[in-house]
Amino acid sequence: MNGKRIGFCYGLLLLLLAVLLLWSVCTGSTAMGLAGVLRVLLGDAADKTAYGIVWNIRLPRILASVILGGALAVSGFLLQTFFANPIAGPFVLGISSGAKLTVALTMILFLQLGLVMRSAVLVLAAFIGALMAMGFILLLSRRVRNMSMLVVGGVMVGYICSAITDFAITFADDANIVNLHNWAQGSFSGTSWANVRDMAALVSVLLVLAFLLSKPIGAYQMGESYAQSLGVNVRRFRLELILLSSLLSACVTAFAGPISFVGIAVPHLVKGMMKTAKPLVVMPACFLGGAVFCLFCDLLARTLFAPTELNISSVTAVFGAPVVIALMVSRKNRRFQGV
Amino acid sequence: MEPYLYTARLAVGYGGKPLIENLCLHVRRGEIMTLIGPNGAGKSTILKTLARQLEPMAGTVYLDKQALGQMAEKELAQRLAIVTTERIDPELMSCRDLVSTGRYPYTGRLGLLRAENRAIVENALAQVHAGELAELPFAQVSDGQRQRVLLARALCQQPDVILLDEPTSFLDIHHKLELLDILKTLVRQQQLAVVMSLHELDLAQRVSDTVVCVEKSGALRMGAPEQIFTEENIRALYGLTEESYNPLFGCAELPPVQGEAQIFVIGGGGSGIPVYRRLQRLGIPFAAGILHRNDLDYPVARTLAAELVEEAAYQPVTAETLARALAVLERCGKAVCTLPAFGPLNEANRLLWETAGRSGKQTDWNTI
Repeated sequence: MNGKRIGFCYGLLLLLLAVLLLWSVCTGSTAMGLAGVLRVLLGDAADKTAYGIVWNIRLPRILASVILGGALAVSGFLLQTFFANPIAGPFVLGISSGAKLTVALTMILFLQLGLVMRSAVLVLAAFIGALMAMGFILLLSRRVRNMSMLVVGGVMVGYICSAITDFAITFADDANIVNLHNWAQGSFSGTSWANVRDMAALVSVLLVLAFLLSKPIGAYQMGESYAQSLGVNVRRFRLELILLSSLLSACVTAFAGPISFVGIAVPHLVKGMMKTAKPLVVMPACFLGGAVFCLFCDLLARTLFAPTELNISSVTAVFGAPVVIALMVSRKNRRFQGV
Repeated sequence: MEPYLYTARLAVGYGGKPLIENLCLHVRRGEIMTLIGPNGAGKSTILKTLARQLEPMAGTVYLDKQALGQMAEKELAQRLAIVTTERIDPELMSCRDLVSTGRYPYTGRLGLLRAENRAIVENALAQVHAGELAELPFAQVSDGQRQRVLLARALCQQPDVILLDEPTSFLDIHHKLELLDILKTLVRQQQLAVVMSLHELDLAQRVSDTVVCVEKSGALRMGAPEQIFTEENIRALYGLTEESYNPLFGCAELPPVQGEAQIFVIGGGGSGIPVYRRLQRLGIPFAAGILHRNDLDYPVARTLAAELVEEAAYQPVTAETLARALAVLERCGKAVCTLPAFGPLNEANRLLWETAGRSGKQTDWNTI
């Protein structure tokens, strides 16, 4: 492990994050110069419109993509540890879609009953959906030992959940269905400060818990029997991993809908950059990497064809999927070389 | 000295009927116990139970008089380390990183290594002669190096007991010997108690203080190598019927070729063995003689030759034996002599060879 290299990577990630933050806050349908934005950020409320746009529209959205992007990357890292498979992630295993399904159903139910959805209800619904999808994947993983088959199974689960969601959305009749439709495609738009506060509280607690698991995660990277012989309570540890990763991806799905490939691409890129897989250094970097990745993709999503917005998942897929393919090819080569 | 690791009426297996019952093993510190036996008999199952990775189906494992089941995870990890057969493929881990995971039971909440931990890691690497591998990615080192690194990882736990499951499988002979040599030295120096499973009977015979035969039927036999490595014992253990096992050489032979002897091999002093093996490979039944029972060729000839003319140890060859040999030679189409010289005690072999010459049966064995 190379301390200098790791330091450099952290520096680079923080720099990228800072640059993207500034860039994002300055970019949008209403043109505002950097100076104008900075003035508003420092509390100058003279220009009411500018103040409103920056503080009530752009900032919450930007913070959401930072928090949720990071959460997604960490969730992916935990799942990869759990399945000892670099292609595992909340999206490909169908966990995001499971969460999407229950959230959509809950939303429709609440809209029909005329109730207001609170963040807690959203997250709870997403968590239940995520756990159901996860449960199915776990059952499947007992039957199929082959990791690629497991991923195929996960993708199928994802399709089934998405199909049911689409079905429900198509037949639910309500004016709010437009929002629901946007959400179901994955988007950071329309995030409120209340949302940001809730997700920040939840994600930070989960991240601290995940970080505290970095020691057993490191042991688990060598396989179950070595982990156990080092004193890891494997059963409890596996449960903790499942709950944490499901909660993290449920949280993301609840607030921003399903977002693809971040969970696989970011941990892989971070590990490659740092040349280590040590959870203690990789996990915080995954968070930063996920934040940078999502911030960048969201920036593209809302500027590329402005004023039309792309859904975030399409953009992350464009950048994330090639990484996954490269990963599979390189793994395959290693197998052929008998390593 | 008291046994350090022992089991009391232990039964092991995976649910249902136990694979092995009433297992009473005991290992002292500074000793190596080796489990031998056919595949699937339960060697790995025993090791897993000793490592507490598998619940015993009955009975108890004791480690330093404490029941294994009641020890805290951390305490067990500080006393017992394992080297498994599982092919591990940790991502982006150097050999040093891998070895340092052995410090797990001694580090704090986040697993940070202090200076004294680092020193222990370096020391463990040095003990298995793997210092030069420290920086290399674990995924890229050879099988022999891997096993040494995994052993260093186990040492890093500063255990009293190390369990190794087939540590020498996949290694070439040089690396097999190197690994066992390192292990033997460590056991002596650090007074470790070692339990391992081995497939190589010759190596098991050399390094073990105690050998346990684990039979398919669940039967067990335990003893010193000289008690265990007898021909009938090994044949029974592995279910050898036509094949044979030579306890002196510690090696097994393929079944002999059936049929009438076609070639008479006059051998002695070890010179005949390569020819016996060659004829065996070519599928040609042969006769061997005249061999004294204490001759180096004798045990191999006894298991491979279709016919064997033998003489009691340290006795001159009698006329009857010679007559018997001549009769066998009569029936063989060819004769081969591997002896570099004749002397007073095998004068009979010279006569035999001359007889073969007169009847035109003398053959150069390289031409066979």
